[in-house]
Amino acid sequence: MNTYLIRNASLLGKETADLLISDGLISAVGPDLEAPVGAVVIEAEGLIALPGMVDLHTHLREPGREDAETVETGTRAAALGGFTAVHAMANSNPVADTAGVVEQVWSLGRRSGWVDVRPVGAVTVGLEGERLAELGAMADSRARVRVFSDDGKCVSDPVLMRRALEYVKAFDGVIAQHAQEPRLTEGAQMNEGEVSAVLGLAGWPAVAEESIIARDVLLAQHTGSRLHVCHVSTAGSVEIIRWAKERGIRVTAEATPHHLLLTDDLVTSYDPVYKVNPPLRTAADVEALRRGLADGTIDIVGTDHAPHPSEHKECEWAQAAMGMTGLETALSVVQHAMIETGLMDWEGFARVTSLTPAAIGGVQTQGRPLAAGEPANVILVNPSARRTVDPSKMASKGRNSPFAGLELPGVVQATFFAGHPTVLNANLNTPHPVSAEESPWIA
Amino acid sequence: MDLSNPPGASAPARTVLASADIDRALTRIAHEILEANKGAADLVLMGIPRRGYPLALRLAARIAAADPSVDPAAIVGQLDVTMFRDDLARQPTRTPHATQVPLSGIDDKVVVLVDDVLYSGRTIRAALDALTDLGRPRIVRLAVLVDRGHRELPIRADHVGKNLPTASAEKVRVHLHETDSPAVDEVVIEGTL
Amino acid sequence: MKHLLSTRDLSRTDALAILDTAEQMAAVSQREVKKLPVLRGRTVVNLFFEDSTRTRISFEAAAKRLSADVINFSAKGSSVSKGESLKDTAQTLAAIGADAVVIRHGSSGAPARLAGSGWIDAAVLNAGDGTHEHPTQALLDAFTMRRHWARLHGTASTGTDLTGMHVVIVGDVLHSRVARSDLWLLRTLGATVTLVAPPTLLPFGVESWPCQISYDLDAALETGPDAVMMLRVQGERMQSAFFPSVREYSRRWGFDDVRLGRLDTLGLTDTILLHPGPMNRGLEISSRAADSPRATILEQVSNGVSVRMASLYLLLAGENTPAAPAPLENAQ
Repeated sequence: MNTYLIRNASLLGKETADLLISDGLISAVGPDLEAPVGAVVIEAEGLIALPGMVDLHTHLREPGREDAETVETGTRAAALGGFTAVHAMANSNPVADTAGVVEQVWSLGRRSGWVDVRPVGAVTVGLEGERLAELGAMADSRARVRVFSDDGKCVSDPVLMRRALEYVKAFDGVIAQHAQEPRLTEGAQMNEGEVSAVLGLAGWPAVAEESIIARDVLLAQHTGSRLHVCHVSTAGSVEIIRWAKERGIRVTAEATPHHLLLTDDLVTSYDPVYKVNPPLRTAADVEALRRGLADGTIDIVGTDHAPHPSEHKECEWAQAAMGMTGLETALSVVQHAMIETGLMDWEGFARVTSLTPAAIGGVQTQGRPLAAGEPANVILVNPSARRTVDPSKMASKGRNSPFAGLELPGVVQATFFAGHPTVLNANLNTPHPVSAEESPWIA
Repeated sequence: MDLSNPPGASAPARTVLASADIDRALTRIAHEILEANKGAADLVLMGIPRRGYPLALRLAARIAAADPSVDPAAIVGQLDVTMFRDDLARQPTRTPHATQVPLSGIDDKVVVLVDDVLYSGRTIRAALDALTDLGRPRIVRLAVLVDRGHRELPIRADHVGKNLPTASAEKVRVHLHETDSPAVDEVVIEGTL
Repeated sequence: MKHLLSTRDLSRTDALAILDTAEQMAAVSQREVKKLPVLRGRTVVNLFFEDSTRTRISFEAAAKRLSADVINFSAKGSSVSKGESLKDTAQTLAAIGADAVVIRHGSSGAPARLAGSGWIDAAVLNAGDGTHEHPTQALLDAFTMRRHWARLHGTASTGTDLTGMHVVIVGDVLHSRVARSDLWLLRTLGATVTLVAPPTLLPFGVESWPCQISYDLDAALETGPDAVMMLRVQGERMQSAFFPSVREYSRRWGFDDVRLGRLDTLGLTDTILLHPGPMNRGLEISSRAADSPRATILEQVSNGVSVRMASLYLLLAGENTPAAPAPLENAQ
């Protein structure tokens, strides 16, 4: 494996130093490092070095909807977006509710070699919300599943939710809840508010999210278990989570880039590229999410990258699929919404996009400090470059980016995944080679 | 309404008919109509909006002055031709004007179409079509205040206030006190010299 | 105006142009020859994803009176019901050479999608989309009210608006595209509006709308409205707990014989009663009220043809190439 010397990078946007990467590790950090013989030198003047981003919420669609995305295309998108690990959500077809399916996804990720693919296991069989999936078997599998979620659907049965929270304590798992009270959101098309009233689209009221979060934090308190709340979208949810954290409840929460930037008045165009679940909310909600992310109430950014084939978006609003792509725009959107607004610095960015998501997901090799001896999951970001988002140029199969046409800051110049450059000069390089000891497992 | 070019103010504009000229022309046309029709029997004057209609009213008043048995209000109508034009697709959409037929109708009447300027003849062709949908007159005649030539269709006027030789680049503007501001009666030519 | 998608986006000038043109169209409909050559050679497609015989035949009559060729495309029993997408349908209609598409669709925003997607270049007329808007219904309602208002004041209706008029709209506002279109258009034309409904049948966020809200029909009638618009109530709303029973709804929000009599008691001799149809007699409106001289329901139907003729004319008859300079009306 090659050796790389990154010169004059600004570590977490602060002091400038050189980083030496060899044998998959950061072997040295400091000023004016000597380039070993044969090392590839990367001039990183003006670039910020950050730990590789970890997404706790990605839909890779494989197996089952390879027309929308595959592990290969989704992880290429991830690498380009600055990620070194993604958690693949369980709502594939078949659902990732057995050791067999999660191991399949895990080995597809290994074979692709662009990022660390961590499968998420379903909480209930077939996401049906009726009985628990074999959570233990998935935890013990080679995929070592620690995050369980029925994302796309809510575990709405309170007894089932309680049991799931209790059960995963056996292997320090976490239940990632898609908080959506199903009866309050039957037929829901967009945020319930002034815009939905005018547009005549069935509303998805904030209370449908907040009531489930309130119930779940109380269940987490009662059971002493770990709860993670996916894609928090309302100001009220932020308040409930803040209250829960003040009481010491073990809850973590995530916000998506799109909920940190976009509002429901975009739906006025009836363009389904803005259709997503949970829906885009109001400017007041966006503001509350930003404040919550800045003060730590919201722990992480998760993309909820949800690619769809074009025919599922080129149709009437009500018939369209919910979801947006996000892997290749997450860094830019968060920089725009959080850093350029002065709410957060790059160290905070590393916390919410890498350190904390890796900790929640139990990914030991990711989200580590930029220090000698640590695994070399590192990205270099040019914060002053700007670009116009063009979905047709993305590595993801999905063209459903709500940010299309926006000019956003921040370009991922390079991504090192376990010491190997998957992205160089803002272009895909090569995937991480499969190691000899793993190859029999992932052929 | 083109207020940027008030009558008499712009250099190239020249007045070809003043108020008194228009009065004389209309009086003469009224007498011609009565003469051609051998009296006022069965006469209907259909003015084409916008300026043909006030002209038709003025003609009717003169006809009534010559023949007191005529009720001027009962022989005048308005004929909107907007929907019958052949150039609709070449212009911005126009809101149509009302069409009003006198109570006696137009069947078997002598209908005199009245307009301000006769130019290509296309407006009159449209008027003939519009008339057909309203009934079947015995005779249709045409009276215009100004005939400026440049016909594109085989149409001619029966009664003309003034024949006005023009270049096609010139513009003939009719101002009537009923429809225009300032409220004056005049016909001007705006040249392109 | 390239499309007619909503009344919310309709300017006062355009709204008055449609209403004034509709007056001339109404005159044509009184004649023996009820036909104008103005859309000769143009093709109007009635693309109906929802059954609505009344709206379809009204648009069909309007298009035919303007000499357009009319193609009726009912989505039921066609390839659309076999899963063809709106995009493919639109492109098919474009290939056929449709100049205008009149679309009725169960999904809010479908006409806007059709107009804004680039799938087809035709003018799009919204004939009712989901619970969003039904602009030609609002225009015919406004036309009916304007004629009444002008008659009352002894003026010509052409060129006037509804300033000073007070309109009460009663019923299932939440699911009503008519209520939305009526409200925006009536406000644009200067009328004041009160919405009366059970709280469950008002949309969340209605407080921000430019109107009064009331849960009490009798109180609203006491304010002396000039027109009362009764909305159709669907019995199946009862299943979703929007109201306890049809009888209770009818007692509290129906225009029954007692309320019809109360208009007289209140001295509201000139108050008219509108309904977009089809009516549920005995539910939101009693038979006696529907058949009373106050009811303008049949007048609304015939005005519907005039308003749709005007809309088709104004959208389709104008220049199709912006290159030609508009000649001044007084230059010949």
